Amino acid sequence: MIHFVLLVSRQGKVRLTKWYSPYTQKERSKVIRELSGVILNRGPKLCNFIEWRGYKVVYKRYASLYFCMCIDEADNELEVLEIIHHYVEILDRYFGSVCELDLIFNFHKAYYILDELLIAGELQESSKKTVARIISAQDQLVEAAKEEASSISNIIAQATK
Amino acid sequence: MNPFSSGTRLRDMIRAIRACKTAADERAVVRKECADIRALINEDDPHDRHRNLAKLMFIHMLGYPTHFGQMECLKLIASPGFPEKRIGYLGLMLLLDERQEVLMLVTNSLKQDLNHSNQYVVGLALCALGNICSAEMARDLAPEVERLIQFRDPNIRKKAALCSTRIVRKVPDLAENFVNAAASLLKEKHHGVLITGVQLCYELCTISDEALEYFRTKCTEGLIKTLRDMTNSAYQPEYDVAGITDPFLHIRLLRLLRVLGQGDADASDLMTDILAQVATKTESNKNAGNAVLYECVETIMAIEDTNSLRVLAINILGRFLSNRDNNIRYVALNMLMKAITFDDQAVQRHRVTILECVKDPDASIRKRALELVTLLVNENNVTQLTKELIDYLEISDEDFKEDLSAKICFIVEKFSPEKLWYIDQMLKVLCEAGKFVKDDVWHALIVVISNASELHGYTVRALYKAVLTYSEQETLVRVAVWCIGEYGDLLVNNVGMLGIEDPITVTESDAVDVIEEAITRHNSDSTTKAMALVALLKLSSRFPSISERIKDIIVKQKGSLLLEMQQRAIEYNSIVDRHKNIRSTLVDRMPVLDEATFNVRRAGSFPASASTMAKPSVSLPNGVEKPVVAPLVDLLDLGSDDILATPSSSGPDFLQDLLGVDLGASSSQPGATLAPRTGTDLLMDILSIGTPSPAQNSTSSVDLLSTADVNSNPSIALDTLSSPAPPHVATTSSNGMFDLLHGLSPSPSKEATNGPAYPPIVAYESSSLKIEFTFSKAPGNLQSTNVQATFTNLSPNTFTDFIFQAAVPKFLQLHLDPASSNTLPASGNGAITQNLRVTNSQHGKKSLVMRMRIGYKLNGKDVLEEGQVSNFPRGL
Repeated sequence: MIHFVLLVSRQGKVRLTKWYSPYTQKERSKVIRELSGVILNRGPKLCNFIEWRGYKVVYKRYASLYFCMCIDEADNELEVLEIIHHYVEILDRYFGSVCELDLIFNFHKAYYILDELLIAGELQESSKKTVARIISAQDQLVEAAKEEASSISNIIAQATK
Repeated sequence: MNPFSSGTRLRDMIRAIRACKTAADERAVVRKECADIRALINEDDPHDRHRNLAKLMFIHMLGYPTHFGQMECLKLIASPGFPEKRIGYLGLMLLLDERQEVLMLVTNSLKQDLNHSNQYVVGLALCALGNICSAEMARDLAPEVERLIQFRDPNIRKKAALCSTRIVRKVPDLAENFVNAAASLLKEKHHGVLITGVQLCYELCTISDEALEYFRTKCTEGLIKTLRDMTNSAYQPEYDVAGITDPFLHIRLLRLLRVLGQGDADASDLMTDILAQVATKTESNKNAGNAVLYECVETIMAIEDTNSLRVLAINILGRFLSNRDNNIRYVALNMLMKAITFDDQAVQRHRVTILECVKDPDASIRKRALELVTLLVNENNVTQLTKELIDYLEISDEDFKEDLSAKICFIVEKFSPEKLWYIDQMLKVLCEAGKFVKDDVWHALIVVISNASELHGYTVRALYKAVLTYSEQETLVRVAVWCIGEYGDLLVNNVGMLGIEDPITVTESDAVDVIEEAITRHNSDSTTKAMALVALLKLSSRFPSISERIKDIIVKQKGSLLLEMQQRAIEYNSIVDRHKNIRSTLVDRMPVLDEATFNVRRAGSFPASASTMAKPSVSLPNGVEKPVVAPLVDLLDLGSDDILATPSSSGPDFLQDLLGVDLGASSSQPGATLAPRTGTDLLMDILSIGTPSPAQNSTSSVDLLSTADVNSNPSIALDTLSSPAPPHVATTSSNGMFDLLHGLSPSPSKEATNGPAYPPIVAYESSSLKIEFTFSKAPGNLQSTNVQATFTNLSPNTFTDFIFQAAVPKFLQLHLDPASSNTLPASGNGAITQNLRVTNSQHGKKSLVMRMRIGYKLNGKDVLEEGQVSNFPRGL
C-alpha cells in the first residue's frame, strides 16, 4: 500500500502531501525534511527507489517537481512508477500541459484528482478518461451551485435596491 | 462567494506568500493571515468558511500549525451544498488524522452523507472514510459501506471496495462480512471496480484463512479467465499503457493469484498456463511491461513448485539484470535474493553481473548487490569473490566502506579455507577500511593469530609492513601493536619465514618506532594507546638492549591526560626499573586463546549484553572476588605447570578464567588466596584487580581495564596483563612486593598507626552505578566498623533524588549518617559519600553481610537497584 504521497519542488518546497497511514504533524514534517533532503541530492542517473526506514520511496522527477510515493518493502516499485506517471498524465490533461504554478494556485484541484485516483493508499481507477469525467462532473456541480448562489444574491440585491 | 473562481483572496494570499523574499517575511504574512482567519472563524460567517479553509490548507502545506481550523471542516461537511462538502472533506483529510478525537464528531455527518441522494456526495464521504477512518469509525460505518459495494453506479462501487480494504485493515474481525460482496465484484467488467475488487479480495485473503479458502475454491478459475481475456484482448485505447492493456489490473490479478496459489498445488497447477503466457508474451521494452513481468516472476516464485516456469522466471531476471535501466536492475537484484533459496545454481550463473552491480554508482543498487553476493558465496568461489570485493574496497566510496568491509569480514570468517588466507584477507581489509571494522572482528582476528603458532612470525612481519603504510587505520594499528608486543622477537629475528615471504630487516628500534608512533599520534584513541603501552612493557623484556629507550617512552606517558595511562605508565615504569628479575616471566607471551570458547562467547554476546542491560548485574562485581585465583596465573603464564592445570579442569568458563571469578578455583588454591594480606592487597591495588583503583572509576578507557566486563571479547585477554595480579608472586616473593610498591603507596605507614587496615571493596556495580566501601575501625572498639560508601554514576545521565538504604541481619547493628548529596552527576563526574557505622555483636565469629537498595530518578523515571554485599573483608 502507498503510505504517503509527496510532491516537492526542486527548491524543497512542498506542493502536495497526502497521508494514508497515521503520522503526527511532527513526524510529517520530519519525514518531509528527511526525504526531500535525500531525493533532491540524488544524482540524475540513479535508480528511482530509496530504501528508507524499512519502506521504499519511489520518486520521479517531472520538470521542476518530484513526485514521491512511499510503499511497503514487498510492493511492486515499477508499478508505483506507473501510478505516478498515470497521475501526472491526468493532471496534464486536466490543466492542459500542467506546470508547477498550476499546482500551486489550484492545489485543491490536484488533491481532488488524487482522491479520484487513490483511496486508502490503493489505486482505484486505471482509466484516465473516467477520472477526467468524474472530476468534470463534480466541477460542474460546483459551478451550478455558484451560479445559483449568484443569481439568488442578484435577486436579493435587486429586491433591496 | 466562491473563492476559487472569483478567487481574489486565496490567490492573493498565495501570491503574497510567494513574493516573500525571506523566511521571516513569509512567517509574518502567514501570521497575519492566520489572525484574520481566526477572527473570521469567530464571527462564524458561513460565506467565508470555505475560502478560509482553502487558505488554511495552503498554510498547512507550508508546515504551519492549523489546528484551529479543524472545527471549520466539520461545519463545512455538515452544510448542505456540494461545494462546501467537497472542500470540507478535503480539509478533513488534510488537517486531521485518525488519531484525533475531533474525528469522532464527523461520524454522524459521514453516515448521513453515505446515504445521500447525490452520488458525488456519497463518493466524497467514502473517499474520506477510506483515507482516514479510525477503528471505531470503521466499526460504526461498516454496514453502510458494505451496502454501497452493491450500489448501481460503478464509481461508488469501486470507492466502497477500497473503503472496505481500509476497514478490514483497521478491524480484521469485520473481514467475513465483506467476503461475499468482494466475490461479487470479481465478476465486474468495469476496470475500476475490478481493480478495487481484486484489491479487496487480496486484502481479505491476507487477513483471514477462511476468506482465502473461499476465494481459492470459488474464484480461481474466474480470475484466470479474466487475466487471459485481458492478455489476449485487442487494443483498448482507454486502458492501454505502452502496448499493455491495463497493467494495473494485470498486476493486481497476478498478485491475487499469488496468494491463491501459494501452498495449494491444485490452484497453482491451474494458473501455470496463463503465467507462462504472461511471462513470454509481455513486451519488456517499457516500464509498464516490466512491472507486469516483475509481478509475474514474483507470482511464479511464490506458487507451488513448477520447475519449468521457474527457469523462465530466472531467465527474465537475468534479462532484467543486464538491462541498462537502473530501476530494472534494482528489482532484479531484489528478486534474485528470493530466487537463491530454491535455485542457487541459476543465480550463480549471473555472479559476474551481480559483482558488477556492487560497484554501481547507485547506493540502492550497491546495497542490494552486496547482500546478494554475500548469499552467493560458498567454499568454491570464496577466494575469487573475496578478491574482487577487496579490490573494490580500495576504490569504493568512503560511506560504502563500512558495509562492504563488514560483509567481506563476514564472508572471510565464514568460508575461510585456511588460516593463512584468512589472516591475509583480514589484513587487506584492515589496511583499506581499518577504521570501519567492528571490535568483534579484530578481536576474532587476534584469537586466530594467537592460535596459528606457525604463522606468528609471518603475521607480525606482514602487520609491521602494513602499519608503516596505513598508519591511519585504527584497528590495523591495534592488531599490529598487539602482535609486535607479543611477537616482537620473531619480527626482529625473521623467525618462521614462509616460502612466500621476502626477508626484511627490522631492527629492534624500528619495531619500537611503530609502537611509539601509535602511542604518540594525536588521533590514536585511548584503547590503542593503552594497548601500545602494554606492548612497550612486553618489548622492554623482549629487547633488553633498548629497554632504556622503551622506558623513556613509558615515562613520557606519566604526563598523559588520561588518568588510566598515567597510572599504568607509573606502574610499568616501576616494573621496568626495579624488577628485572621477575619482568621476563611477568610479561611472557600470552597463552593461546581458546577459539571455541571465544566463538561461543561472541555468538552469545548480544543476548548477554541485553540481559545485563535489563537487569543490572548484581552478582558480578561481587563475584570478582578479591582473592586472585589461579586462572590468572595461567594468563600471565608464569611457567608453573601445576597451576596451569588447575583452571582448565575447574573453570569451564573461559571468561571466568580470564576474570578470575571462578570461586571453585579460588578455594582450591587456599595458599594463594589467603596470602599475606598486606602484600597481596597492595599488589592487587597496583594492578587494580578487585579493589578499585582511583583510575577505574574515573577514566573512560574501560576497555583496557574493566575486570568486570561481561561481554568477553579478546580485548579482555589483551588486558589481562594490566589487570590481574599474580598471587603466587606475592606468596613467593613478598619481600619483592614491597620493593615493587616502593614509594607508590602510603598504605604501609597508615597501617602502622591505625592497626589492621582493611582493603576497600566494590560493594555493588551495575551498568549505571558503582558503590565502593572503605573501612576503618575506631581504636579500641573491635566490634564497630566505620564504612564510608562512595557512589559513582557510570551512566551518561544525572541521577536525582538518590537514596541509599541498607539492611543487616540481627547480629549486626547499622547506623546510617546522612548522605553528602542526593544528586549524582553523570559519567563519574563526582560522587556521593555516605558514612555507615556497623556494630558486629558476633565479632570474630561471623563476618559482615548487608543487603542494600538504591533508588534514584533517571530522566524523571524512578529506578530501583538492589544488591547484596557479601565480600566484606574478614575480621570486621
